[in-house]
Amino acid sequence: MVNPMQSGVSAFDLIIGGDPALYAIIGLSLTVSVSATLLAAAIGLPLGALLALVRFPSRAVVVVLLNAFMGLPPVVVGLAMYLLLSRSGPLGFLGLLFTPQAMILAQAVLVTPIIGALTRQTVEDLWVEYREEMTAMEVGPAGRVAALLWDARFSLMTTLLAGFGRAAAEVGAVMIVGGNIGGFTRTMTTAIALETSKGDLPLAIGLGLVLIALIVMVNAAAAAARRLGELHAG
Amino acid sequence: MPVDMMRAPPSELPITIEDVSVRSGGVTILESVSLALTPGTPTAVIGPNGSGKSSLLRLAMGLLSPTAGRIAWGGRTAPAAHRRAIMFQRPVMLRRSVAANIAFALRHGAAAPRDRGDRVAALLDLVGLTALAARPARRLSGGEQQRVALARALARDPEILFLDEPTANLDPAATKAVEDIIVRVAAGGVKIVLATHDLGEARRLAGEVVFMVRGRVCERGPAKSFFAAPATAEARAFLNGDLVI
Repeated sequence: MVNPMQSGVSAFDLIIGGDPALYAIIGLSLTVSVSATLLAAAIGLPLGALLALVRFPSRAVVVVLLNAFMGLPPVVVGLAMYLLLSRSGPLGFLGLLFTPQAMILAQAVLVTPIIGALTRQTVEDLWVEYREEMTAMEVGPAGRVAALLWDARFSLMTTLLAGFGRAAAEVGAVMIVGGNIGGFTRTMTTAIALETSKGDLPLAIGLGLVLIALIVMVNAAAAAARRLGELHAG
Repeated sequence: MPVDMMRAPPSELPITIEDVSVRSGGVTILESVSLALTPGTPTAVIGPNGSGKSSLLRLAMGLLSPTAGRIAWGGRTAPAAHRRAIMFQRPVMLRRSVAANIAFALRHGAAAPRDRGDRVAALLDLVGLTALAARPARRLSGGEQQRVALARALARDPEILFLDEPTANLDPAATKAVEDIIVRVAAGGVKIVLATHDLGEARRLAGEVVFMVRGRVCERGPAKSFFAAPATAEARAFLNGDLVI
């Protein structure tokens, strides 16, 4: 039986002790997930906004598919990326397999539909409110997308957090395309999986607690930023 | 720059509406309306709720397409709405500061001036909101929001300004603030067309009255004679405060 106290103490020791290996793992996890979220945002935000504004045949199908892709299984995305990036795959020449860049790409694929789908809904709701005013002001398509994204910025921050949460929590995709190489592609989640299978449950639980604490801290920082922003621009 | 680009933009006026009907989903919103909006004193569109006042404004603004009939702006059938502006009954404030709301309208208007900062300051001054420039627009009171909307509409440097119930739900002080601005704008040569069910407001502001009932223009004429001696039974009943449906 694992003693949770013991896990807490072991995690605490790791952090206080300044274990460089642990900090490297935390750093890589954050770098990969934040980069993936930013990459996914760069694609998902404008795409979602565009989908909210543009009407075309079979748009409903695209919306359903995008919503469904929010539930893409990470291992399947990891497998697809693996096939793309493996030496014999179409993108094999890039030599990205088992690198942090491959992990960023895989997580971005997972997160883009989440950001795209939630942005589409948020912007579409706001557009109902803004449509007449913007039409009367003769705001063009690009201006509409930019204005709606900007005016929905506080709601969209939650969307980005949902994306980041997904990236930080998943293990399947980074495990497959990263390979869980110690000191190079090992993240919090792959380390937890490894320690668990090795039987070092206290360390696994300790890492888990650190991961949860990190996610809480990122969300708290975002909430504070949102509060501050709303105070000034509501 | 080609010579024709340097000429003043063609005028939007007169707006001529000829025998226009608007139907939507089996409901007739406007029924064979003929009307010309020409430069001059403010025109008040009055009538009971649901008589088509807002729809007439939207039609003349170009936001609503006729199902039948013709409409032309300065003789042209579908010009861009560069020098028209409208203030809706419930204006939507962008989620930005007061100044940013006005700057947004300036940026997207055809005028798009270089000295945008000065223009924002001048418009803020015109509507008396200089002190609130940095405040989030959505936190303002109803009357203040109405004035932001007015500044935003004026940012387009319109030749004709449509106002849909500009002072509905405002208290007398806020109403006076908005009406004072309208009077000043009208004196500056902007054609005002306002829809209102407030007869007092129509009396105070309008030189001409268009009286609507059930989607039709029932009566039209100079405000003085309309209020002194309405020609139709419906108008007499409406001015008497009877229920006209």
